Amino acid sequence: MRALYLVAAVAVLALLSFSTYTVQETEQAIVVQFGRPVGGLVSEPGLHFKLPLVQTVHPFDKRWLEYDGDANEIPTKDKKFIWVDTYARWRIKDPLRFFQAVRDERGAQLRLDGIIDGETRNAVASYDLIELVRSSNREFQLTEDLAGIGAGEAAVKILTGRSKVAQIILDKAAKITPEFGIELVDVRFKRINYTDSVQQTVFQRMISERKRIAERSRSEGQGKAAEIRGQKERDMLAASSVGYKNAQALKGAADAKATAIYARAYGRDPEFYQFLKAMETLNGAFSQGTTAILTTESELLKYLKNDAGR
Amino acid sequence: MAREVWTQGPFERGGFRIPPIGRPPTATLRAIVFGLLGLMLLLTSYYQVEPAEVGVVQRFGRFVRTTDPGPHLKMPFGVETVTKVPVQRQLNMEFGFRTTRPGIRSEFAPPNRETIGESVMLTGDLNVAVVEWIVQYRIKDPKAYLFNVRDVPETFRLMSEAAVRQIVGDHSVDEVITIGREEIARQSKEELQRLCDFYGVGIEVQQLVLQDVNPPDPVKPAFNDVNQAIQEKERAINEAWAEYNQAVPKAKGEAEQAVRSAEGYALERENNALGDAQRFDAVYEEYRKAPAVTRKRLYLETMRELIPKLGRKVILDEKARGVLPLLSLEGERKEVKP
Repeated sequence: MRALYLVAAVAVLALLSFSTYTVQETEQAIVVQFGRPVGGLVSEPGLHFKLPLVQTVHPFDKRWLEYDGDANEIPTKDKKFIWVDTYARWRIKDPLRFFQAVRDERGAQLRLDGIIDGETRNAVASYDLIELVRSSNREFQLTEDLAGIGAGEAAVKILTGRSKVAQIILDKAAKITPEFGIELVDVRFKRINYTDSVQQTVFQRMISERKRIAERSRSEGQGKAAEIRGQKERDMLAASSVGYKNAQALKGAADAKATAIYARAYGRDPEFYQFLKAMETLNGAFSQGTTAILTTESELLKYLKNDAGR
Repeated sequence: MAREVWTQGPFERGGFRIPPIGRPPTATLRAIVFGLLGLMLLLTSYYQVEPAEVGVVQRFGRFVRTTDPGPHLKMPFGVETVTKVPVQRQLNMEFGFRTTRPGIRSEFAPPNRETIGESVMLTGDLNVAVVEWIVQYRIKDPKAYLFNVRDVPETFRLMSEAAVRQIVGDHSVDEVITIGREEIARQSKEELQRLCDFYGVGIEVQQLVLQDVNPPDPVKPAFNDVNQAIQEKERAINEAWAEYNQAVPKAKGEAEQAVRSAEGYALERENNALGDAQRFDAVYEEYRKAPAVTRKRLYLETMRELIPKLGRKVILDEKARGVLPLLSLEGERKEVKP
């Protein structure tokens, strides 16, 4: 009797485990009966029931899934060879179609490789490199020392830009993927790099550009220094000449004033002034070495002859 | 042969004989079974959430609740499962380099294919820059982190690379290396956060910081040469200004000196004139009162002062005109000299 109970319990448990299944929060599932899907999509997570043995459950991930393509060597429209490395995110939107068309994720990756690679090649080949690198027309900020560098690239008008090109790839590829039950949710350029040979020429260009800037900087320095020296000469001469001019003006004004003063004073009796000045001048005009020949006709010495002076 | 070896094996000799086990009493067996069941019940229903984490509980795969740090119970035997997500912890991701041992002097792995691949990128002027950066982030929504995107860390890595490259692609190499660093980091962070929200990965980007940003190695010397040239330029200009500053203020000072001394001259000249004029006025006032006498007096006074100053004096009289030819001035002079 007891053994019977035990067998019954085990049987019930087995039946339960064969007729239930769980769907994870990250999953969705389809139920297949003799190879034919039944009951539609199970997207509610939790515990579910099915017929034991005849129905099998195929779970599929519901999340955004990885796609990281290999880097491809692609020429741009302006014939520059670059490595383009894209990544994408996709999800299984229609598990039934997905199951029928590609069976599992490995099959999906294979198809995505083909689709995304193809669309990436198409897109890259129809744009110039600069359109794939830049996203906007913002102007580069340059310090004064580096003015003029990269001017050619800065002047290019960006019509599409990196994000929009990626969007174009996404749009085109996303049109194809629904037939595999796949929704492509994002495609992005992960890396864009020069191929080795192009990189070498780019490095050479960068080096020559820098050399040009360095030389310009040096000669600018010398030029500016010469300019400052010239300025120095100019300012020195300006200072000294203005000083001379002002000094002369001051002296002239003083001379004029003095002249006026003398003229006014001495003008009262020019003859007396002449006399006074003559006396003064005579007094200072002779030195010890002078030999003077005087005559007794003079006002003073006439008295040498007699007291009458005659 | 082989069969013979096989048939001679130990099984043939011993046969399949299970040693008889003594049947334990039913009560003991029951106790052991229930004890084991109880232990399993306890082990599968108790869990603990560490600080800085939250527990995300799923029942039969379906999300039911999140639990805070501390001890908790859940339904046993795998009915409910718990996933712990470190929501408070600041997570860190490195691009273009790898820290092998963090510390005061962190050690870094030597560059390899992977890190070089991450850091080499094209700038907006179609040059190449080597950019290293870090991203610090936090899981702000554990449910989104777990259930929306598969392999979030790898996805986040790709998003970060794409975002930084997009922003760097819109800046010139000089901006990337020097003046634009902060702006690039800020824009990259914004772009990365925008991507995170779009993907629904439940991540909050806290910081994106550019680390070493360099031109590629073969180009480095040329970049350094530019810096040196800029320094040289500045030095040349500074030296010229130094000369200027040495000379021009001095010249200005000297000019000022000339002006000042001219002012002195002017004062002197004017005052002298005034003095002379006053003196003349004074003398003249007196002279006017008695011109003839004063005149004579002035004359004679002058003579008195003047004549002693003269060296040799020869006085001639009209009547002694004959003397003149006899006078040898030259001889007289020699006589005087000692």
